[in-house]
Amino acid sequence: MPVLTYLWIIPLLPLLGAAANGIFGVRWPKNVISAVALSSTTLSFLLALEAVREFFTLSPNQIPWIRTYFTWISAGGFQADFALQVDQLTVIMLLVVTGVGWLIHIYSTGYMHDDPGFRRFFSYLNLFMFFMLVLILAANYLLMFVGWEGVGLCSYLLIGFFFLKQSATNAGNKAFWVNRIGDFGFLLGLFLIFRTFGSLDFSIVLPRAAGMTADPAGQIGTLTTIALLLFVGAVGKSAQLPLYVWLPDAMEGPTPVSALIHAATMVTAGVYMVVRSHAIFLNAPVAMQVVGVIGCATALFAATIGLVQTDIKKVLAYSTVSQLGYMFLACGVGAFGAGIFHLMTHAFFKGLLFLAAGSVIHAMGGEQDMRKMGGLRKKIPVTFWTMFMATLAIAGAPGFSGFFSKDEILNEAQRVSPVLWGLGVLTAGLTAFYMFRLLFLTFFGAERYDEHHVHVHESPKNMTIPLIVLAVLSVCGGWMAAPQLNGGVNHFQQFLAPVLATGAEPAAAAAEASGGGAEILQALFGAPVIAGLLGFFLAWWFYIKSPEAPKKLADSLSPLYKLFSGKYFIDELYQAAIVHPLVWISDKVLWHAVDERAIDGTVNGVAFVSRETGDRVRRATTGNIRSYATWIVLGVLVFTSLLLWMVD
Amino acid sequence: MVPTSYFLVLSAVLFGLGVIAFIFKRNILTIFMSIELMLNAVNLAFVSFSRLLGQLQGQVFVFFVIVVAAAEASVGLAIIILIHRNRGTLDVENVDSLKD
Repeated sequence: MPVLTYLWIIPLLPLLGAAANGIFGVRWPKNVISAVALSSTTLSFLLALEAVREFFTLSPNQIPWIRTYFTWISAGGFQADFALQVDQLTVIMLLVVTGVGWLIHIYSTGYMHDDPGFRRFFSYLNLFMFFMLVLILAANYLLMFVGWEGVGLCSYLLIGFFFLKQSATNAGNKAFWVNRIGDFGFLLGLFLIFRTFGSLDFSIVLPRAAGMTADPAGQIGTLTTIALLLFVGAVGKSAQLPLYVWLPDAMEGPTPVSALIHAATMVTAGVYMVVRSHAIFLNAPVAMQVVGVIGCATALFAATIGLVQTDIKKVLAYSTVSQLGYMFLACGVGAFGAGIFHLMTHAFFKGLLFLAAGSVIHAMGGEQDMRKMGGLRKKIPVTFWTMFMATLAIAGAPGFSGFFSKDEILNEAQRVSPVLWGLGVLTAGLTAFYMFRLLFLTFFGAERYDEHHVHVHESPKNMTIPLIVLAVLSVCGGWMAAPQLNGGVNHFQQFLAPVLATGAEPAAAAAEASGGGAEILQALFGAPVIAGLLGFFLAWWFYIKSPEAPKKLADSLSPLYKLFSGKYFIDELYQAAIVHPLVWISDKVLWHAVDERAIDGTVNGVAFVSRETGDRVRRATTGNIRSYATWIVLGVLVFTSLLLWMVD
Repeated sequence: MVPTSYFLVLSAVLFGLGVIAFIFKRNILTIFMSIELMLNAVNLAFVSFSRLLGQLQGQVFVFFVIVVAAAEASVGLAIIILIHRNRGTLDVENVDSLKD
């Protein structure tokens, strides 16, 4: 098993690519740079495929496959190894990250072709792949945290990629700072895990957590505290309420970055971390409730904002926040497998949506406002058809990947709480509405751009081929998890079962119920689909049938419209409640009082005292030889008499 | 035999005169001469102790002092000549430009 033994090669290759382009790439032409970046990710993807093939030859007792390469930190009773791990969960993440990452690298060679920061872009993108792979391959929480921080760094660098634009650098800073809050919680969670279990290795912590007695419902014990702290980290990284504010702003980065980092991979790291720690969460009912409620609330909240956005990427950004909410909803109701399944299908269709949006922006010469598009269907057919597939997938059209994953989540939610289910269905309707709104505004209707200045053109092959591949995945990616197609067997859940069944009673019960409750399934199948259809028809009515209707509706529901388009004024609230006081304290207290008065005052005071003393003492130096001689004589007399006095 | 204390008192008186002259005189040449006076007062002290203790080291040291004084005189006089040439005066009150 060559690749599984030398697992570190998979993350190392993108790191080498990043280093090569970053250090030596200055003088290289663009085709060499893209060749380096592409070959490193291609090789990484191929090796990941080989690793998965080898994984399937392992016997069940060899899983999880853990390889310890060296001891990283050893201090007292604390030990953290550079150890990588592969189990069924890792396999899925590995394929998603390397596969989608590879496609987006190909796409980027076309999209970024005329950008002066070509080398910098690929260097950062490869570095991101390295950290993301470390994150998912890590066998302990500390190494995972390294990847976690690393992807945060790359996210910051790539959001602020167009660093001459003030809004881009602000967005980068915002992402970094908001993530600090989440990472702080994650780090505290790690400390508490180490205190409780004496280790940070998954293979030690998780079985022990599963073996502990669960915290009683409604009480916050150690496990609940750990789970909640970890979830704070996930909330930051995966842009959930109340820390989601950085993700919409992150759209300042180049579009492939939005696709790879802010849709397909990095933002789902929080979901992955929660699923990885499911043994802890399952014994913490309060934390589970919090996860479910926050996920559901975020899903609905972000979807309502998405309804009224006019920037094509902003719609997708809020949609991402909303879909991530679905994943946490799944985790919160104990359907971790469904969460990971939605993570995977979401990586396909949301990655595709962003790439297609990038293709539209490319075709429009940089225009992102949907009000200035329209009627592009015939001019960029490949982009249109692939984006159409992705829209159907995210809207949950029966048979498409998003349908199966969303349906599974809603079914599981229904088992736990009808309220969560109802809100989830409502969100599904909203999702269909805003996605078809996007599609109609962009590709249908009148052409609202200036034809003399905008030369709409289809994107080159290296951009359209990834679109087509992702479109196929968006359509077919969910079939393996469809009990309807596979004689009642959910292959995806079956595959994940060994990871998720570690003493997890609710998960087991859920698996059983999903097999047995076929009739309930049939009865509920309709609701999300009907909601989706309603959303579709509303979008069609508003944006195809009577294009003047949205304006009227916005006027008649003016307060609601203002609330949505103002994004609930959360940014303004944070600005007033957090940023302004911070700036005020920094300005008045830390700067003018502490820095200027206390620190500068001390330093300047020391200088002042020395100078004044020197000035006084200087006057003794008259330049007059006779006065010097007098001092010498006086000194000799004083010391001689002192000596004589001491001798006596 | 004359007691050693006589020589030492004489030496101290000569040294004290040298010091007083050094401090109160303004002419550089006079100050220079007062330095010579102090050096020779010390020489006298050396010789008288040498005689008292019956050892030669004191007398040898006197030769060293004389040699150093000769060297010092040659350099010092050269400096005095230069000062006179450059400033046209030998008053130490006017030679204080290092003060600032």
